[in-house]
Amino acid sequence: MIAHAIVFYIFSLIAIVSAIMVTVSKNTVNSVFFLILDFISISCLFIMIGAEFLGMIMLIVYVGAVAVLFLFVVMMLNVAQQKNEWFNSSGRSSHIPVGLLVSIIIFFELIIVIGGWKYKPDLLDSIAIEINTDLTNTQSLGSVIYTDYIHLFQLSGMVLLVAMIGAIVLTFRQRSGVKRQSYFKQISRDRKDGIELVDVENNKGVKIDA
Amino acid sequence: MAELFIFFEQIYKILFLLIPVLVSVAMIVWLDRRVWAFVQKRRGPNVVGPFGLFQTLADALKYIFKEIIIPASSNKVIFILAPIVTMTLALIAWAVIPFSETFVLADINVGILYLFAVSSLGVYGIIMGGWASNSKYPFLGAIRSAAQMVSYEVSIGVIIINVLLCVGSLNLSDIVLAQKDLWFVIPLFPMFIIFFISALAETNRPPFDLPEAEAELVAGYQTEYSGMMYAMFWLGEYANILLMCAMGSILFLGGWLSPIDLFPFNVIPAPIWLILKILFLFILFALIKAIVPRYRYDQLMKLGWKIFLPFSLIYVVLTASFLMYFDLLPGN
Repeated sequence: MIAHAIVFYIFSLIAIVSAIMVTVSKNTVNSVFFLILDFISISCLFIMIGAEFLGMIMLIVYVGAVAVLFLFVVMMLNVAQQKNEWFNSSGRSSHIPVGLLVSIIIFFELIIVIGGWKYKPDLLDSIAIEINTDLTNTQSLGSVIYTDYIHLFQLSGMVLLVAMIGAIVLTFRQRSGVKRQSYFKQISRDRKDGIELVDVENNKGVKIDA
Repeated sequence: MAELFIFFEQIYKILFLLIPVLVSVAMIVWLDRRVWAFVQKRRGPNVVGPFGLFQTLADALKYIFKEIIIPASSNKVIFILAPIVTMTLALIAWAVIPFSETFVLADINVGILYLFAVSSLGVYGIIMGGWASNSKYPFLGAIRSAAQMVSYEVSIGVIIINVLLCVGSLNLSDIVLAQKDLWFVIPLFPMFIIFFISALAETNRPPFDLPEAEAELVAGYQTEYSGMMYAMFWLGEYANILLMCAMGSILFLGGWLSPIDLFPFNVIPAPIWLILKILFLFILFALIKAIVPRYRYDQLMKLGWKIFLPFSLIYVVLTASFLMYFDLLPGN
């Protein structure tokens, strides 16, 4: 059990330190890399408590896709070159009250959640659905999400779909003068409309585009 | 004491897996060059050792003794980390590959998700290397590869769902055992083809080697790398290719199962079958490299998002309905 504890503390230490480094580090790209490290160590913690499905999905979705796009945007917008100075400067402190407010709210929310867990020992028994410990957690998650909560699950999928369509509509612009390839047009061409034999008159030439 | 013994046993097992993987990576580079040369009617590497087998080792030795040049304007930590990340990720994924019913380092419940996660992390080595070089060509290469790998991962994910529908488990050994009667390559043949092409794109192999398209980007994200660091990128890349071949043979070609459970076939030990299947897929990879010209970038994106993704999604619906209608769903 001691090895388990040591590994747990190593991962949580990495998670906390990298979470702090996300906000403190001066280079924005480094912040994103620390964010990725944070995601990875948190998914390791998930795996350690036996939620291996959640941990892997965390890796695939957050690290494998979301953080890549994040990194992509940060690198492309060239924010990497602007040093993240406001944390040190004393002149512009308008961010700090807002940040404090948000973090105090999150802190109290966490206290309520963890307090409820700590001071109500029969909380686990009061959960409506009983947990079958024989199944792997992928199976038990599937059997709950796709039966009892199917409507909520579908609804959250629809919310994501709407967000996706919204993002596409907002950023889509039709540019004129762009040459696009059409596979069907390309394949359906044959010799008749591809090649034309023309008798060229001397000193007159041929008009091709006619 | 007993814990210490278990620890050393694990180390031994890991080395027993890693060293053959590294050696076979070296051999596979040789094989790749030989197949490529064969198609183009050249000889390929044939000088060092019998049939030129030790060519890769000689190359590796050369890389070790070359100077490592770190560009002055690069972000040094990330620049050095990038090849290490690539190499590590390519190697840790082998932990879950089952070589036979008993010979598997970590038989975890979510094996296929682990493979998928590790292969999706592989993009970081490339982005880090491209960005940290602080130079135009590597950066363009890194951006191309990030977009390419993220898009093709989506279709690989959907293909994996197809296989999982037929298996009912995320465990790799279960996936292999579910193919005892019928390899999934037969009912899911279109998915196998799409998986193969997506694997080409995921590992940046020709015809999808746009991140390192030498005509446009010098060598893409590897441009600024030299010596051992370049060799690590290169080893990681080939280890990833082997891994993709292993994934393909486990998902579709029945992993370590023999083709027919009859006398001459079932005497051959299980790991040999897996290795033969990996080799078969790898030779296909090498042939494709020699035969097919490089894609244009917009064609690549179109293929991934507008053709593969819808097609594999439709196939998920088809597979699910088929299994549902004929009551073949696993676990019932």
